[in-house]
Amino acid sequence: MKTYTNPIYPYVRSPDQDAGPVRHPVVVVGAGPIGLAAAIDLVQRGVPVVVLDDDETVSVGSRAICYAKRALEILDRLGVGQRIVDKGVGWNVGRVFFRDTLAYRFDLLPETGHRRPAFVNLQQYWLEEYLVDRANELADVDLRWRNKVTRVTPRGERVELTVDTPDGPYTLHADWLLACDGARSPVRNMLGLESEGQVFRDRFLIADIHMKSDFPTERWFWFDPPFHPNQSVLLHRQADDVWRIDFQLGWDADPEEEKKPERILPRVAAMLGPDASFEIEWASVYTFQCRRMKSFRHGRVIFAGDAAHLVSPFGARGANSGFQDTDNLAWKLALVLAGKAPQRLLDSYDAERTFAADENLLNSTRATDFITPKSRVSRTFRDAVLELAKQHAFARRLVNSGRLSVPAVLSGSALNTPDVDMDFPVGPGAMVPGAPTADAPVHGSRGDWLLDHLGGEFTLLAFGNAVPPRDVAALAEAAIPCRVVQVGGGATPGATRVEDAEGLVARRYDGRAGTLILLRPDQHVAARWRAFDAARIRAAIARATCND
Amino acid sequence: MGTLNTEPNLPSPDDFYEQLIGAHRDLSDEESALVNAKLVLLLANHIGDPEVVAQALAAAREGVGSTRTA
Repeated sequence: MKTYTNPIYPYVRSPDQDAGPVRHPVVVVGAGPIGLAAAIDLVQRGVPVVVLDDDETVSVGSRAICYAKRALEILDRLGVGQRIVDKGVGWNVGRVFFRDTLAYRFDLLPETGHRRPAFVNLQQYWLEEYLVDRANELADVDLRWRNKVTRVTPRGERVELTVDTPDGPYTLHADWLLACDGARSPVRNMLGLESEGQVFRDRFLIADIHMKSDFPTERWFWFDPPFHPNQSVLLHRQADDVWRIDFQLGWDADPEEEKKPERILPRVAAMLGPDASFEIEWASVYTFQCRRMKSFRHGRVIFAGDAAHLVSPFGARGANSGFQDTDNLAWKLALVLAGKAPQRLLDSYDAERTFAADENLLNSTRATDFITPKSRVSRTFRDAVLELAKQHAFARRLVNSGRLSVPAVLSGSALNTPDVDMDFPVGPGAMVPGAPTADAPVHGSRGDWLLDHLGGEFTLLAFGNAVPPRDVAALAEAAIPCRVVQVGGGATPGATRVEDAEGLVARRYDGRAGTLILLRPDQHVAARWRAFDAARIRAAIARATCND
Repeated sequence: MGTLNTEPNLPSPDDFYEQLIGAHRDLSDEESALVNAKLVLLLANHIGDPEVVAQALAAAREGVGSTRTA
């Protein structure tokens, strides 16, 4: 590749290889985006982590390139968000073409007042490199390259691992094993576990090309374009003037043939015109599957990311949902390890993230059925929708070139405290219990965005002087501490005060003097009230940590 | 949520039927299929009510092919 050289991370012999089986609280298998996010999150919470990876570099090829707003907010908390945003290309607008005509245009983030755009495109290798850099800043991340797990044996209160290295095998014990080892998940296979679902009979060519172009930074999707008849094409911009073109090929295409430059060049030339000047950076032919494990927790082995669930790439729901997995898991595992929550809190990880995975699978499967109609009549309806979309607004809502990743609202979670004040809004976008929190511009000590002030630990967002000063201290000093972030009102000792810069915090949270929103460490709403009651807040925190 | 009206509701049934057939004049089977699909989508959107649409889909499917409805 012209624009990127894979770094080599050297194998370093660990002292564990010269000792008897050393026991670690958490071992992560896989130093991909999800494994690294899990490790960084846990270490930021004071839990030391060993990460094992069978390779010695980051992703070869650009692979996952679209990072959604919610994933960026999580990566902000992990300390790499800004680097990703600076290097990547942000976009909010998508266009869908049918044959040679624009069918419709959409804007994923039509309102202002959010720090992060709907999406940032960045090649996966850059993202991984930044995560490795971040992990290496943290003394308690023990990142071991060329450490290949060859055997996994659950032994009651721990998991025994056999790890192969250039110096031969050694044995490790883990209190908790996080399998973030990707779609083929060797850990899953070694435990004889399945990920069930369907394989789609279609093939796609990814061609990353390097070219200088003033093409807009938008997502362009073509159904049945003149330059690639009867199939779909997707165009995305990435960093360093690299463009991702994704050609649908059909099931009968020969993957080895289609990967050859002499096959790719005419396809790209047909699309870009005879005068375009470009070079192929990287190419790959893929098929995809939609499937998941029945349960993401198996005793002391916990699965996250592609190891746990796999979706089609349309919608950018793979890596983005993986980050939400570790975001959901890390605080829970840290509380369990600290003895502050029972192990069944980890079952809520399984419940919440299988729910989210099902939502992603449903959306991904529906998009796939639209993009790849399975029958003649389904093709007819697809074309009818696209025809109508040119003129009629209703049909644009039916066009499905991928429902792009948005975080799941965990409204059915047992960790939520149901509303008692029934005047709170409950519609789409409302901060109902289970919803991921909305960002908004503020003036505050931690920065100019509300999300800078939330999460990490439990946070009580209080509008005005809703919390009496002595209760601020009591909440902060509890076994499971809760920080108070106060929006407006007079200063309260111990509370972090922010100014609602544009009135958007009040609007997005339906906040007025006295309103309280209890947020989990992963920035999901746990409960909300119109008035302060210390006992209710304690009960809601207990419920959100399975201490009730 | 409403109920699908299967009682006579068209003020002039013969006019409607002539219009419907007329809408397909000079079209190939493939083009007709496209027109029908567009018509279904337009009417379904106009109805809006998911209950009514579901009942119409079930009534349309009744007695056609296998009894399984996807």
